[in-house]
Amino acid sequence: MTQKAFVRTEMLPEQDPPPTEAGIVGWIRENLFSGWLNTLLTLLAIGVIYYVLSGLLPWIFQSVWNAGSLDECREIMKATWGETHGHACWAVIKDRWLQLLYGFYPPYPVYPDANFGEAPVGHWLPAYFRPNLALVLLFAALAPVLFDRVPRKMLVFTAIYPFVMPWLMWGGSVWTPVGIAAGFAILFAVIRYGQVAMGFLLAVIVGVLAALLWWGLIMGYVTAGLDQIVPIAIPSVESREFGGFMLAILIGVVAIGLSLPIGIVLALGRRSDLLIIKSLSVGFIELIRGVPLITLLFVASVLLNYFMPPGTDFDIIMRVMIMVTVFASAYTAEVIRGGLAALPKGQYEGADSLGLDYWQAQRLIIMPQALKISIPGIVSTFIGVFKDTTLVSIIGLLDPIGLSQGIRANQEWNGIYWELFAFIALLFFVTCFGMSRYSMWLERKLQKGH
Amino acid sequence: MKKSVFLGALTVAGLTAGAAAAATLDDIKARGKLNCGVTTGLVGFAAPDANGEWQGFDVAVCRAVAAAVLEDKTAVEFVPTTGKTRFTALASGEVDMLARNTTWTLTRDVDLKNEFVGINYYDGQGFMIPKALGVTSAKELNGATVCIQTGTTTELNLADFFRANDMEYEPVPIETNAEAQQQYLAGACDVYTTDSSGLAATRATFENPSDHVILPEIISKEPLGPLVRHGDQAWGDIVRWTLNALISAEENGLTSANVEELAEKGTDKPEVNRILGVEGNLGEMLGLDDRWAVRAIAAGGNYGELFAKHIGEDTPVGLARGLNALWTDGGLMYAPPFR
Repeated sequence: MTQKAFVRTEMLPEQDPPPTEAGIVGWIRENLFSGWLNTLLTLLAIGVIYYVLSGLLPWIFQSVWNAGSLDECREIMKATWGETHGHACWAVIKDRWLQLLYGFYPPYPVYPDANFGEAPVGHWLPAYFRPNLALVLLFAALAPVLFDRVPRKMLVFTAIYPFVMPWLMWGGSVWTPVGIAAGFAILFAVIRYGQVAMGFLLAVIVGVLAALLWWGLIMGYVTAGLDQIVPIAIPSVESREFGGFMLAILIGVVAIGLSLPIGIVLALGRRSDLLIIKSLSVGFIELIRGVPLITLLFVASVLLNYFMPPGTDFDIIMRVMIMVTVFASAYTAEVIRGGLAALPKGQYEGADSLGLDYWQAQRLIIMPQALKISIPGIVSTFIGVFKDTTLVSIIGLLDPIGLSQGIRANQEWNGIYWELFAFIALLFFVTCFGMSRYSMWLERKLQKGH
Repeated sequence: MKKSVFLGALTVAGLTAGAAAAATLDDIKARGKLNCGVTTGLVGFAAPDANGEWQGFDVAVCRAVAAAVLEDKTAVEFVPTTGKTRFTALASGEVDMLARNTTWTLTRDVDLKNEFVGINYYDGQGFMIPKALGVTSAKELNGATVCIQTGTTTELNLADFFRANDMEYEPVPIETNAEAQQQYLAGACDVYTTDSSGLAATRATFENPSDHVILPEIISKEPLGPLVRHGDQAWGDIVRWTLNALISAEENGLTSANVEELAEKGTDKPEVNRILGVEGNLGEMLGLDDRWAVRAIAAGGNYGELFAKHIGEDTPVGLARGLNALWTDGGLMYAPPFR
């Protein structure tokens, strides 16, 4: 008996997987219809999505863009679709989008009475040139901080920006921001060069005192004198005219920009061994975190007026910025403290064993790691602060929410509701989503060795 | 040492500022602008238009005062205030006057140290209800659900009214007028109650205003008027008599169209001549010039013109004069004599 064995001598060609397992069909089968329960849920979800979109899409796209008032909108809707329900009246956005973006900021500050529609004769700058330039420069200033491919020399511009921005927004003499910057230069110079002679702590104290002396007493005369000699000024814009999404961005950017360094200092202070610094930091953080932001805003708007001598004009936007910054700093400090606490003790000891002093250790070893750990928390705090800026409408500042109330108080647009909020929501979503995406990109980039 | 110097400087600043605050008129003239507190937005009374210009019935009072004092009706800085910040804004000197549909009550006048200088609109709380419900009187509202703005005097008035009439109701608390419109139209409540001027303005925005009725009962007194802070009667007088000039102007037939002309020529009525500054020295007594009232009237018109332009029957708000007619027409508008 010979046994026949079948031995295949050549490989079979590879075959495509069955059509039900591959491609779109396979993906759908595996992910959406893999069992009776999942099939049921999928159908249910499709039904819900269809229901929502069938209401939302016609509302958004079958809408009126050209009308002078809500009544006109309704007439057009009736003429076009036979009914007014389920159609948006975007005409209000078309009519008021500039106000929602810029508040009452004059489009051409040189001609305070000019409207957006008609550029004054002989004026060559585009409307809203100053706030727009400030925004563009903001990205230029942020670039070296956010992206490491940008040349480091750009950091010089980042340092200048905090003085350029207020000048562009509020206007006035160029020498005021220069004078304020000079105060910081004095502070820096005293610390830098006085350190050797006086020691670090004394140098800081003397530096701060010198800077305060400069800002409080000397600067006014010097800038006034410089104004006489070299008068460079742009028309000033009152804080009251600030509003709209520009105001939200302005408060948000200042609060976010300042709260990170202040937060780091507070977090370090809270972990410090020096009793006074530690208790001051703890007291500040707990006090501010224990109070709702809206309370702080009321303090800024109402209470401070009572404390200050009558007639003092302490800019309301400045007061609000300080309060929001203080609030954001306290939260950021705790997030960063979380990052510091998450670092293994070995990192601190390693830094010590290399002979680094406190600041060197923080700068080179501790902070890079602690900040990396806290990125999601920090960004989340920032997004929260940015959205919290809408609370200023409660104290009468005309941020987008406050303006929507003002717009609705016009006879033409009284009764309009969702369109304004949808537009504002879109503005905020784009900004916050951008921040969130950046933080995810940063996290991925900083991920090492996993 | 340093601290005491600092405190001393603060005190000096405070004293000088305090002395300066006593003469509001001088401050305003030095500043060149009148700071006027208005609402953040109320249909017909105050709202920014597409160019950011404030318009409205309350706004017109600010403009008249600015015209009287600064000879320029546009020299007004409008400060939007909310119901919560309005009185502190006035007390702290952030604004020189409030023209912000504020109800004149004893507490606000006395305890909050304000001075109401007059009444530019007599309002009262009313009810709005869908016609389909067939209700014709507020006395028939037993068991109704009522949309009501929280934290306002209207909330208290409502409770009083239903208790006095031995009826029950279910409140639906809402925060703003815009929210109330949505809730009412969505059927979350049967009745919406607020000041009747607000009801009229709200109803005007509905798709089918005729489907809703405003019930005849007015359940409260809401005298709305401009106010200044205690401590500078001279300034209060100026605002008070500017408002009175607007009312007197309607009574005497002075309009924005003819006031300039009549001021040139003079009239045969002595009181009109005194308002126009042709006779007497009323302006001087107020610390202003002779033509102050002419400018105030020319700024936007007399009281009747302002009413018709911003909230009258030809506007979408569509309010009848009612209580706000002149006393000669059976209303309550009555200015003391210019003498």
